[in-house]
Amino acid sequence: MDLVFFYAALILYLGGTGGYLVLLFVQRAHISAFATASTLGGLSLHTVAILARLYLTGRPPLATVYEALSFFAWATALVYLFLEFRFQKKLMGSFVLPIVLLFTFIAAVVPKEGVGPDRVPGAWIWLHVGLVFLGTAAFALTFCVGLMYLIQERLLKSKRLSPVLFRLPALEFLDRLAYKTLAIGFPLLTAGLIVGAVQAHARWGSYFSSWDPTQVLSVITWLIYAMLLQARLTAGWRGRKAAILSIIGFGALVMTVLGVNVMSRGLTAFH
Amino acid sequence: MHILTIGLSHKTAPVEIRERLHIPEGELGSVLARFVTNSPLRECLLLSTCNRVEVYGVSDDLEEAERLIPERLAKETATPLDLFRDRLYTLTAEAAVRHAFKVPASLDSMVLGESQILGQVKEAYQAALRAEATGPVLNTLMERALSAAKKVRTETGIGESPVSVPSAAIGLAKRIFGDLQGRTILVLGAGKMSELAAKQLIADGGSSLIVSNRNFERAIELAERLQGRAIRFDRIHEEMLTADIVLCSTAAPHYLLRQADLQELIWQRRNRPIFLIDIAVPRNIDPAANQIDNVYLYDIDDLEGVVAAHRADRAREADRAALIIEREVVGYLRWLQNLEVVPTIVTLRERLETIREAELTRALARLPQLSHEEQEVIRAMSRAIINKVLHQPTTELKRQWAHRDGRLYVNVLRRLFGLQDER
Repeated sequence: MDLVFFYAALILYLGGTGGYLVLLFVQRAHISAFATASTLGGLSLHTVAILARLYLTGRPPLATVYEALSFFAWATALVYLFLEFRFQKKLMGSFVLPIVLLFTFIAAVVPKEGVGPDRVPGAWIWLHVGLVFLGTAAFALTFCVGLMYLIQERLLKSKRLSPVLFRLPALEFLDRLAYKTLAIGFPLLTAGLIVGAVQAHARWGSYFSSWDPTQVLSVITWLIYAMLLQARLTAGWRGRKAAILSIIGFGALVMTVLGVNVMSRGLTAFH
Repeated sequence: MHILTIGLSHKTAPVEIRERLHIPEGELGSVLARFVTNSPLRECLLLSTCNRVEVYGVSDDLEEAERLIPERLAKETATPLDLFRDRLYTLTAEAAVRHAFKVPASLDSMVLGESQILGQVKEAYQAALRAEATGPVLNTLMERALSAAKKVRTETGIGESPVSVPSAAIGLAKRIFGDLQGRTILVLGAGKMSELAAKQLIADGGSSLIVSNRNFERAIELAERLQGRAIRFDRIHEEMLTADIVLCSTAAPHYLLRQADLQELIWQRRNRPIFLIDIAVPRNIDPAANQIDNVYLYDIDDLEGVVAAHRADRAREADRAALIIEREVVGYLRWLQNLEVVPTIVTLRERLETIREAELTRALARLPQLSHEEQEVIRAMSRAIINKVLHQPTTELKRQWAHRDGRLYVNVLRRLFGLQDER
């Protein structure tokens, strides 16, 4: 039953994505309003879907592949709309919404049920998944912002001027936003991984197993982001290099997250 | 009632003539007052900018107004009429209305999309309001034209792109830094080019300016004029550590800043981005420096390329603006039509109603034996006759008004039915 709302949200996200993409080329007030409204509508329905799932299953909806991806898309959309409300830079939507749409779509096509409630582990698992995906949502934004930064930087450097150049937010704004989302996402991811490690120790006796591809990938991803944060703070790494690294980091993160489900043999797989 | 515009602009007259006809803002009120006293002009508005001097008027006697306005202009500005008579353009009716809409939208300006004209027209309108020289026709015209101009600015890209080297530089700086509040601009070289460009860079306010030149006195002079501070030339490397934008226009025959210097600089700045504008010829900054991360270097050719690329954009946006303006013109003309036609129709109806009432009363007085229902039949008939008689003329009048001779129909109708004197 909750799926009805979810699919409806997917359609509205599709509308929003379309709206924002059109906005890259054509700037009109009603297209802009439509994009925001459609996304907001999608988020509302998505929220209902998640709450409905919560109610139906009696537990936080973070246990199956579908639920985790849905939550991630939801969190990303939520943070994006907050940023749009705060900064009014609608072009960010052209970059973020496709990601929201993509993951909502993937969530829509994966099997909806995990294994039944008898395999439901303790409350720590929700915390682990929740924190990790909240962090991932923040990093999704860092990724988008980094992408926008790179595009604009390339255009400025090559002195090729397309109208898009003049519509993207300023480089400094993007860079600062990248830093802020990084500073939010990193503690979340770290906390999530720590919870996961503690949980792993409780269940399988060791904090980290180098045979589990998911855990290995998680650590690699975490290291990339740690490096990024460190480089920004101390070595004044900003702008282009930071953007590239945040893109690589997000790539690793996505691989980790998706890999968790593909490689169902791993210990930490959703099963 | 006729609307007309008489004036000259950069399109018809050189600056030597335009400047003689310029009327300073402070005098607009009194000049306007004189224009409407003892004159065929019922309403009047004066627009006087560096690129145009125009009189917008409303008059019942078109010929008289067309004769009078140039004479008054000559008198008020103490300029011989023959000097500028052949430079004047006269527009009436729809053409005048269209012009009134195009001007504030910058579609008649030297630089399409310029933003000053809107404020100038607004001020001219307010001066006319204060002098009580306008009435409903011009008031509505101006208010609709001003709001249409705003619409054009927000809905088309006409004002977006830069058309001069300094404004191109500002646009690029904003791409890098967002707005320029609190930014530091370092100007190297105190010549004319530096001054012009620097003036525009600080125009928005909120940024601080540092000037440096080999000749320190010149630097101080320029800094004072622009309300910045001056530093000695050997200190520029220090200032470059904290400057966001560096404008270079010195006469140095070699590179002042080489790639290695800038590499070192950006490292010392911990990669805080810097925007270098090199408008000197020969160039002051090694172009290879653009390859350094977080260093953005544009020379004079690059900036002119930006300007050229945008000229085509502006032309395209101007077409879209023209469409918006056309819609607004049609809307105003329709309003004007209602202003003229409706009172006439109302007056006609009132006249016929008076006749109907009188005859009805007289007839009913002669038929006292009629029942209430029978009287009602007579009453209804009288109303129906009036309505049917009026229907055709009313529709036709409204239809004809949109055409050139529309006013003629109104006037003929008023004369034929003995309604109040011609408008």
